[in-house]
Amino acid sequence: MDLIRRLFTAALVAGVLSGTAASVVQQATTVPLILEAEKYEVVTPPPATVAAPAPAGAPAASHAEGHQHGPVREVGEGVPVTLDEAMQRIGLTIAANLIAGVAYALLLAAAILLAGRPVDARRGLVWGMGGFVAVSLAPSFGLAPELPGMAGAELELRQLWWLSAAAGAGVGIAALAFARNRLVIAVAVLAAALPHLIGAPHPESAEGAVPPELAARFVTASLGSAALFWAILGSVCGWLMSGVVQPAERQPALRVQPGAR
Amino acid sequence: MTARSINTAAAGSAARSAAQTAVAAFAAILLGSFLLYGVGFAQPQQIHDAAHDARHSFAFPCH
Repeated sequence: MDLIRRLFTAALVAGVLSGTAASVVQQATTVPLILEAEKYEVVTPPPATVAAPAPAGAPAASHAEGHQHGPVREVGEGVPVTLDEAMQRIGLTIAANLIAGVAYALLLAAAILLAGRPVDARRGLVWGMGGFVAVSLAPSFGLAPELPGMAGAELELRQLWWLSAAAGAGVGIAALAFARNRLVIAVAVLAAALPHLIGAPHPESAEGAVPPELAARFVTASLGSAALFWAILGSVCGWLMSGVVQPAERQPALRVQPGAR
Repeated sequence: MTARSINTAAAGSAARSAAQTAVAAFAAILLGSFLLYGVGFAQPQQIHDAAHDARHSFAFPCH
């Protein structure tokens, strides 16, 4: 039980710190772009107007177009009007960021524990960069971080592809870092490449409502804030996990260290 | 590999068992996946709306 408590404490602290940092950076970078994009989302007419022109904003109509599956945001619903609404929206986003931070920190801490290698803040930073490549960079290589109002393929397909790209990249990175068997490494690298070889699901016509310049700025803002998030998450996780990872397994590495550095 | 793990297992008298490590890691992965599913993937309208800006910022497919 002691091990679980220490593991969860490390993940909680790392997740809260990185989630807080991400919240601050996002409010300055990605969130203004999301709010800006939602203005275009509101005025988007249904893409195909071959049939009888549907009244703008009828959720049933846009659902029938086949472009928007899953929940359809009501027109203008998301754009905060009053200060209260704005504060509530910021609060919910911060809460979601903290939960995402703790979730990723739990997964990273579990991976560090299973790897059984000594960690500290610096090595944790490397772990964090691995996490960034796995769940931010690799999925973005196929599915660019998207703004509201951008054209996208079916949601479930994109979620499935995102998951397989992230999981494949995670397995690939872990194998490159730790596996000795070449066959294992080859299979893991193939698992990382496979989603990209198959290709991410994209809409038939890539005609979203959002100006491309806005979308481009969002991609860099999203990846940049994710990189900072993972740097903090990894460093703090590594620092706090340094006492949790089996002390007996540290000794060989300490002996190697003077020669290696 | 086997020799090494036997060595490390024999090393510390207070060495924790592989089972303890596995249970702790499994618990962390389980809770982490659950939270990640909730914040990034779950589709009920209220969860989606609450996590909306975070999902877009973290580049989860959102809607």
